[in-house]
Amino acid sequence: MRRFVPLAVTLGLLAAPAVASDPADWPALLSEAQGQTVYWNAWGGAAATNDFIRWAASEVGERYGVTVEHVKLADTADAVSRVLAEKTAGKDTGGAIDLIWLNGPNFAAMKEAGLLYGPWAEDLPNWRFVDTEGKPAVTADFTVPTEGFEAPWAMAQVVFYYDGARLAEPPRTMPALLDWARAHPGRFTYPQPPDFLGTTFLKQALYELAPDPSVLQKPTDEADYDVVTAPLWAFLDELTPHLWRQGRAYPQSGPQQLQLMADGEIDLAISFSPGEASTAIANGQLPHTVRTFVLDGGTIGNASFVAIPYNASAKAGAMVLANFLLSPEAQAHAQDPDILGYGTVLAMDKLAPKDRARFEVLDLGIATLSPAELGPALPEPHPSWATRLETDWTARYGMAP
Amino acid sequence: MRPLRAAPALTLALMLGPVLAGLAGTLAPALGIFPALGGRSLSLEPARALADWPGLPRAIGLSVATGLAATLIALGTVTLFTAGWADTRGMALLERLLSPLLAVPHAAAALGLAFLIAPSGWVLRALSPWATGWQRPPDLLILQDPMGLAMIAGLAVKEIPFLFLMTLAALPQAAPARRLTIARALGYGRVTGWLKAVFPAVYAQIRLPVYAVLAYSMSVVDVAIVLGPATPPPLSVQVVRWMSDPDLSLRFQAAAGAILQLGLVLAVLGLWRLGELATARLGRRWVEGGTRRLAEPLLRAAGLGLAALAAAAVILGLAGLALWSVAGFWGFPDALPEGIGLRSWIRHGPALIAPARETLVLAALATALALALTLACLEAEHRFGLAPGSRSLWLLYLPLLVPQVAFLPGLQTLALSLGAGTGRGTVVLAHLVFVLPYVFLALSAPWRAWDPRHATVAAALGAGPGRIFRTVRLPMLLAPVLTAAAVGFAVSVGQYLPTLLPGGGRIRTLTTEAVALAAGGDRRIIGVTVLVQTALVAAPFALALAAPRLIFRRRRGMRGA
Repeated sequence: MRRFVPLAVTLGLLAAPAVASDPADWPALLSEAQGQTVYWNAWGGAAATNDFIRWAASEVGERYGVTVEHVKLADTADAVSRVLAEKTAGKDTGGAIDLIWLNGPNFAAMKEAGLLYGPWAEDLPNWRFVDTEGKPAVTADFTVPTEGFEAPWAMAQVVFYYDGARLAEPPRTMPALLDWARAHPGRFTYPQPPDFLGTTFLKQALYELAPDPSVLQKPTDEADYDVVTAPLWAFLDELTPHLWRQGRAYPQSGPQQLQLMADGEIDLAISFSPGEASTAIANGQLPHTVRTFVLDGGTIGNASFVAIPYNASAKAGAMVLANFLLSPEAQAHAQDPDILGYGTVLAMDKLAPKDRARFEVLDLGIATLSPAELGPALPEPHPSWATRLETDWTARYGMAP
Repeated sequence: MRPLRAAPALTLALMLGPVLAGLAGTLAPALGIFPALGGRSLSLEPARALADWPGLPRAIGLSVATGLAATLIALGTVTLFTAGWADTRGMALLERLLSPLLAVPHAAAALGLAFLIAPSGWVLRALSPWATGWQRPPDLLILQDPMGLAMIAGLAVKEIPFLFLMTLAALPQAAPARRLTIARALGYGRVTGWLKAVFPAVYAQIRLPVYAVLAYSMSVVDVAIVLGPATPPPLSVQVVRWMSDPDLSLRFQAAAGAILQLGLVLAVLGLWRLGELATARLGRRWVEGGTRRLAEPLLRAAGLGLAALAAAAVILGLAGLALWSVAGFWGFPDALPEGIGLRSWIRHGPALIAPARETLVLAALATALALALTLACLEAEHRFGLAPGSRSLWLLYLPLLVPQVAFLPGLQTLALSLGAGTGRGTVVLAHLVFVLPYVFLALSAPWRAWDPRHATVAAALGAGPGRIFRTVRLPMLLAPVLTAAAVGFAVSVGQYLPTLLPGGGRIRTLTTEAVALAAGGDRRIIGVTVLVQTALVAAPFALALAAPRLIFRRRRGMRGA
């Protein structure tokens, strides 16, 4: 196989190489990736993630000769639209997108519509470090099996952050949150569903309020949806009049909610990144008195992934980048609260001692909980729950009187 | 001579072809045809799904009400101000103040305004706690109010400079001095006389710009996202949401919504036309009634106040964002940040160099193309005596009247199936659709007003048409040509959807960066991006003003043109 490589390279000068990018033959893939440009489509709304992506791009460029361009998206679905438009037009090769940061519903939709390339992720060299036993979310994205069609690169878990200077003892259950909101009207809100963080708040509340949360792992049509969600709607009916702006307006995204916190408009906010508050304090976006906490009974956790569209132009380069994101070095860099504060997807006991040390020296930041304090992560419900919750929420609360 | 004769047809094709093709590409999924998603037969299902959306009546109402209100306020302000202050020093001052504001991108102005008027915004920070007693921002629904008042304000402050400049351009043709002298001699007050004698002639000239403002305000997306309500949002925003929903089956509904948006715009334009007719009838009776004065001082003050308020809102908003770009932690109710530093500029500035270069290249290419086509059209009109009918002006405005969401997605699919792919070329062509009308509008009036006797003299001296064009007409009209170029440049820089969709997301300009960042809401980095973007647009305007004065510094007669 190896001796055909020069031949393939020579032919590559004459015609576009029709090489099947195979991560199982890593050295061949590396030479194929050399000189490719990878267009990584990733949400561009947060300076911290943009900085991290810029760092990853320059590292991959120096080490493997792969150029990475960050295509900043206002919405991940823009990238899905793009691939769909290309498929509509019959453009099955040479697509504009090589790698997408996505998870959950976008992954489920692309996988179902046959818009993804794969499987490839479990053949990456760094896959052996991934904590597949301790973090089931890395192989089941919102209960949908990933089957090697996407590679995880960060762990996230729901936390709440509050300003300790304004709020001494935060509420740790949904009923306690309701009591607190009654006593302090206008000081709490959540991003407006279908924003993913807003939907996460609904799912988190449903976990605590549903009679039997185990049904959330199955599609909604296999459960009695109305019975399961009735307590959630009763809770929201009571909560909504005590929300910020009496629930007549909502922040449109997590970062906008963070701005409200910084402006002192609210005292308490939900986040999907345990390190977000520490990173925001380090950047001067939040006051030093902000702290995080989790709810009693655990909070939802999931993984962020990268996937390759079926018609990507630089599949080899995209895999090189995905593999780099799984390296202990990149993972430790992402976990540093001064950089990103994202949880790692790797298992510490699978790492060599010197790689483990990269994580042990990290100071997680004043507002970040230790893994023990963070507690166990609850699995994401099946995607059908999010879809129905969003539709029903919009009909009930998304149309202000 | 042949190619020159074909110039008008080529220009129209380049401008209207993409619009019509894109509309066809949107109409198909609206009727159920979208093979990649399994839509292969005609169906009314998309329309039914759209009708079932509970927010539809309010979304339609918002679209119509905000569009009409913003247009009425902008037009009213411009009219009152011009009526009360034409030929005064206040007018000259505000003209100088408002013209650069035309260059401020809509999204930037909206973000600046949002920070001014929010309950935790700059105005209340400056007044708290000493005047209001508030240690925390009050729980007031000012931004995103369900009535869309903040959005109307945001649209109006941005459309006032545009309509004002259009009015200034139209004024000379209305011969205001003569009309006003007669009116004043008959005892009419300044404002009343202007409204009765000059306004009808001016309005006839600015009618199409007013229509463009109305169509734009009804279907705007970026301003609505920042300032408008979200429970539910205006129709155009909801259409864009459906288009970007992970549930791909919503694309059908989105296309149906886009077609509905087009229908709404057309219906409201028709309504506006009826309003024009009714106003003309009532107005004629009012003119003939002989009222000489109409609360003159009050109307003058109102005109000045509204125009100054609009200018102040945009300028203070930008100043607020500028301050954010150098701010350390800045909490409520501090009127100023805790610390000032260049941290955000050092951190984010270098990453803006590449998008700034791309923005510059795109705008330069689109503007150069538009300028060449416009000059060719105007020159062909001059040499072959092609008299442009009023219908051709309508065609020119078509890209500005059709909502962007109604044809850009269809255009993207079409470009891909033609194998045009994505890249700078496709984006330049998409920008050209929007840049051309503005360049043409900015240049046509001064070009046509040029005294043809200059050409006769030059011809008598033996110069051919080409030489007359190069050595006489172009230098004499250098100032308007440069101004038109600056306008075209600004239009290109401000494009969001026409960059995102044809570019496949690979073409990153300052505007695509700014809108992506606005989704994040971090005011520091938004401040940095918006300032760079505004500077990039303001520079050509400054150049257009300065260049003729420099080039012709020894030829006084050439500077004024």
